[in-house]
Amino acid sequence: MSILIDKNTRLVVQGITGGEGSFHTRQMIEYGTNVVAGVTPGKGGQKFDDKVPVYNTVADAVEKEGANAAIIFVPPAFAADAILESAGNNLGVVVCIAEGIPTLDMMKIYQYLKNRSTRLVGPNCPGVISPGKAKVGIMPGFIHKQGSVGVVSRSGTLTYEAVHQLTELGIGQTTCIGIGGDPIIGTNFVDALSLYEKDPETKAVVMIGEIGGSAEEEAGLFVKENMSKPVISFIAGQTAPPGRRMGHAGAIIAGGKGTAAEKMSVLRECGVHVCESPAEIGATVAKVLK
Amino acid sequence: MKIHEYQGKDILRKFNVPVPKGSVAFSPQEAKTIAKELGGGTVIVKAQIHAGGRGKGGGVKLAKNPEEAEQVAKQIIGMNLVTHQTGPEGKLVRRILVEQGLDIERELYAGIVLDRVKSQLVFMVSTEGGMEIEKVAAEMPEKILKEWIDPAVGFQAYQARKVAFGLGLTGDQFKNGVKFLMALYKAYVAVDASLAEINPLVVTKDGKVLALDAKINIDDNALYRHKDIVELRDLDEEEPLEVEASKYDLNYIKLDGDVGCIVNGAGLAMATMDLIKLAGGEPANFLDVGGGASAETVENGFKIILGDPTVKAVLINIFGGIVRCDRVATGVVQAAKNIGISIPMIIRLAGTNAEEASVILNDSGLKFLVANSFEEAAQRVVEALAN
Repeated sequence: MSILIDKNTRLVVQGITGGEGSFHTRQMIEYGTNVVAGVTPGKGGQKFDDKVPVYNTVADAVEKEGANAAIIFVPPAFAADAILESAGNNLGVVVCIAEGIPTLDMMKIYQYLKNRSTRLVGPNCPGVISPGKAKVGIMPGFIHKQGSVGVVSRSGTLTYEAVHQLTELGIGQTTCIGIGGDPIIGTNFVDALSLYEKDPETKAVVMIGEIGGSAEEEAGLFVKENMSKPVISFIAGQTAPPGRRMGHAGAIIAGGKGTAAEKMSVLRECGVHVCESPAEIGATVAKVLK
Repeated sequence: MKIHEYQGKDILRKFNVPVPKGSVAFSPQEAKTIAKELGGGTVIVKAQIHAGGRGKGGGVKLAKNPEEAEQVAKQIIGMNLVTHQTGPEGKLVRRILVEQGLDIERELYAGIVLDRVKSQLVFMVSTEGGMEIEKVAAEMPEKILKEWIDPAVGFQAYQARKVAFGLGLTGDQFKNGVKFLMALYKAYVAVDASLAEINPLVVTKDGKVLALDAKINIDDNALYRHKDIVELRDLDEEEPLEVEASKYDLNYIKLDGDVGCIVNGAGLAMATMDLIKLAGGEPANFLDVGGGASAETVENGFKIILGDPTVKAVLINIFGGIVRCDRVATGVVQAAKNIGISIPMIIRLAGTNAEEASVILNDSGLKFLVANSFEEAAQRVVEALAN
């Protein structure tokens, strides 16, 4: 098994005719993802690469093609609306790759989603991949390998690094989720960990955090109280200066809170295997799985 | 994005949040004129820099009349103001705010911030005005009253009344306090702030409630819909290399070490800095050239990093996913040749076409140190520095 996406995923790509959208749609199809439709308002009726039907609305994509998941590649100013469109049509999973959504807009979306069935992943994230089954994201598919470790991370390329280390050691993954680097995100560490805990195939979870906020600390408490599976963690930004935003909108040490040291210490206390070095993630998982 | 106190107060004024009368000055003469216009009585002269703790550092002074205001302004403009937030090197003061003196009865605190745990805004007030709110939170958390705001309906009058009562306000002070808090929330939402901190919020003997200080930060993601606020950016307050990097859309933050790094992705960039430190080196910067890492962005990255004279070695760590490593390698070789780099360059390219990339680097005729793993890269850097 895997979580969030698999062979039953019927994906609609919002912004399929844009530069990024079309590039990654081809990559996803090549990986084996079942892309059933695209949406670009005003371009309904076209066919993307002569095979994927393009619709004007997500509602049409659901009605005509039975789409049950969406991925969003639209400019920041339109991304909030795109998320609401998919959620309004009750898609099960919505992955928002787009970055740059204003915080106040995300705040409204977050509250709106609370009472709905849609699970949002992101924004500002690389997406989700269940190796060998489906890829709903922008990550390089070939570095992944089907297996039994879950990977959840606030980062993009650092996740690829961790996955690469795992795969090199012959350790495969059930599902890898990039939850995104923004201060307000649809799926947080605790949400992902609880999905992995319930997934019978996942034997261990790698959690890659970074400075800013307290999502890692909350995840630590969740692990301590609710998880039977081992969790291995690395926190990026041990050398980050306070008060500066390190690339991601959410990666900032504010008022002395949100440091890597603090997060690492809480995680250790909660029984999480914490790696000091980002080069040790794969090896630590191998040791824990033995 | 950070803005100056006087700019924040201009925004507040627009949304009917009471602030003391006053105006910005760039010279002692201007300060004198403003003091005269304010009635010729006592004024406060405040250094305008993007850092807190200005009063303790000597950047805020009282002047009894316009002449004294001119004198005080002479001392403050051009001073190198050192506060706990500027670092030991301090910041040069170029602008001052000249404000009317007030007959203050009480100093309170009011702030709006994002509560990341609840993904909601939280309105915080405290009777302990003038103290850093982090310190109040640590030492006497019971002195902070909080009201979470439902974004669907916004901050409500009953919530404003609740915290105004909590602050012990009565009569006119209460009425004005409620109005102040409601208006502050309106301003916050209207300008897409990411932080609004009024510390102190003052109550005067005649029942007025005003923002004596104002720290307003704006959400960078929302700047596209606030062209007027973008113009408030003060480049003098930013590190010159960071300003330069922002022109190339590069995410660069200068640090104190001597190992420059060029990385694709913010998380990997932070992890690379951490690894350099663990190997015994000190990172000179954070630089995220973006997930794509084209030849052009790498070249621009080189330019920025080499603009920092303390850099003694450069580590390039690119994880090729969608972007192919051989393309990045070609870009690195081109950039290195164009710029003429004399310090050691350690390169680690992983992912798509990594093997082709190392052939390109090795055949380039340039002295690259090619590392195969993340860990090896950091060790090579420290070895290079030792030689």
